[in-house]
Amino acid sequence: MALLEIENLSVTFATSGGEFRAVDEVSLVCDRGEILSIVGESGSGKSVSMLALMGLLPWTATVTADTMRFDGRDILSMSDRQRREIIGRDIAMIFQEPMSSLNPCFTVGFQIGETLRVHLGMGRAERRERSIELLKLVGIPAPEKRLSQFPHQLSGGMSQRVMIAMALACNPKLLIADEPTTALDVTIQAQILDLLIGLQKKNDMGLILITHDMGVVAETAERVQVQYAGQKVEEQRVRELFDDPHHPYTQALLSALPERATRHGRLPSIPGVVPGQGDRPAGCLFSPRCRFATDLCRQTVERQGPEFGYALCNYPLKEGVPTGHPGVPELESAR
Amino acid sequence: MLRFFLYRVALLIPTFIGVSIVAFAFIRLLPGDPIMLLAGERGMSAERYQELQAVYGFDRPYLVQYFDYAWGILQGDFGQSIVTKRPVLEEFFTLFPATIELSLCAIILAVGIGIPAGVLAAVKRGSWLDQTIMGAALTGYSMPIFWWGLLLIIFFSGTLGWTPVSGRISLLYYFEPVTGFMLIDSLLSGQAGAFKSAVSHLILPTVVLATIPLAVIARQTRSAMLEVLGEDYVRTARSKGLAPRRVIGLHALRNALIPVVTTIGLQVGVLLAGAILTETIFSWPGIGKWMVDSVFKRDYAVVQGGLLLIASLIMIVNLLVDVLYGLINPRIRK
Repeated sequence: MALLEIENLSVTFATSGGEFRAVDEVSLVCDRGEILSIVGESGSGKSVSMLALMGLLPWTATVTADTMRFDGRDILSMSDRQRREIIGRDIAMIFQEPMSSLNPCFTVGFQIGETLRVHLGMGRAERRERSIELLKLVGIPAPEKRLSQFPHQLSGGMSQRVMIAMALACNPKLLIADEPTTALDVTIQAQILDLLIGLQKKNDMGLILITHDMGVVAETAERVQVQYAGQKVEEQRVRELFDDPHHPYTQALLSALPERATRHGRLPSIPGVVPGQGDRPAGCLFSPRCRFATDLCRQTVERQGPEFGYALCNYPLKEGVPTGHPGVPELESAR
Repeated sequence: MLRFFLYRVALLIPTFIGVSIVAFAFIRLLPGDPIMLLAGERGMSAERYQELQAVYGFDRPYLVQYFDYAWGILQGDFGQSIVTKRPVLEEFFTLFPATIELSLCAIILAVGIGIPAGVLAAVKRGSWLDQTIMGAALTGYSMPIFWWGLLLIIFFSGTLGWTPVSGRISLLYYFEPVTGFMLIDSLLSGQAGAFKSAVSHLILPTVVLATIPLAVIARQTRSAMLEVLGEDYVRTARSKGLAPRRVIGLHALRNALIPVVTTIGLQVGVLLAGAILTETIFSWPGIGKWMVDSVFKRDYAVVQGGLLLIASLIMIVNLLVDVLYGLINPRIRK
């Protein structure tokens, strides 16, 4: 049994303009010692699905799922109190903006120690000792001094290290990192990623890395799940995904990477934007932006099997060629 | 922190000088003459008038009068009342505890109810509870104090007969003031029922005086809280698995209090202004009523001295608020 199993998770928000489905029947599995990456543009429901798991969504959100199991326990049937016992202890999360994610009114020591006191009931001296140990673990020099500092005295990279230390306080089984490097300088990004992966290996944690950066995925993940407009469109091992993407969206994301742009001139981009509340098309949600879309795609879309990475596509790509597509030759010549 | 504090103290000096000039000029700009008012309807002869003017020094140029007055203050002498012939400072300190007692009770009530009400309204945003609290706050804020006080007197003292109409304690009790605070003195006196009587006299004035600050504090707390509840660090606190009570009451409220403390400090000035009306309505023998009476009698020394003392009080309270602000907001601490 996997550490985390989520089947057909949906999240809808009640808004003034009616219901908005931010996550649409997403399934996900992550095991101990595994790095799963969730990729997609802004608005693809990556963060929302993880916040739903943590129970951190506002009350306007309705969460439904067929299964949501963590470590063999059913999260859906838990009371808020029972869920709070797991959250912060067995499942921990770090966020995109480390500077604003730390409370400006409390010292670093207080904020790390709080988790230790609430979940493990540690005394003052014990908390201090463990906090110093954690700060050392995340590579913060002079940890004794840092404990009494406030967040505004730390840099962005330092803050994210403190966030990681806080998340690791109770040796969680699963760590969710929601775009942990997006707000940081490029040089710091690599350091933080290395740190996360090192700690993941050392503690044998499951790590779910949410990102929109394919470069980060290539460097870190083992398995990748691509999300688009709240739906999972493809899932593959990272090597295979980069070698042979099955969904046109994945292909488009990959070809937008500067490293992979073989031809000279402008970088390719995906025209249009992710559909929002008002403009969700029928059939395949990617059809308005897809260069392979046919009339069939605008009416319905089918999920493929494991040989095509569970791609949510009527004409899944194989070596860049859409399987079963009616107009393949024209497309080839058009390129 | 010490430098910050000393800087703030140094800033008080020019403010104090400014206030002393305004207070001095204000009472002299009012039409009316203290000596003529002293004489009453009988009037007096021109010679007697000249003589009295010389006695009080009103015949000298304003500039001379001001510097004479300022020199006195530097030596701790605020002059003496034309009406009662007692030193201003002595009268002030006799009446001051009554005002402090009333104001303290009012601010405790305003903070004690205003902050929880604001937090509740923010947490239950948009609910009937929120709308009720904010509706009540708006009503309280718009209420003219004197009218609100009279309404309460008519209902609670008149119709129901639950509370006394005026004064600090029933005439049945008498004891020498020890601290000047009626609640404490009545307890110290050991007389049965004295404390209860003092409390019952205090209730209505406290409610009336607390109304506006309470409304302001509740509204400010709600909006500060709403802002803070959307912050990333509140999400972080929840992601640690903390109970909602701790997330809201510690992580969010601690940040929301920063602007609220400033508001509370500013409300102290409003409170002392409100005390003047409240004390007049309830015949509360405090400095508010004392100031009003002195203005009517054009008691120059009392008005300018009293204004200066009240202004100093507000300045000191604001200084304390600034220091408190530094304590709760680590970002401005050095």
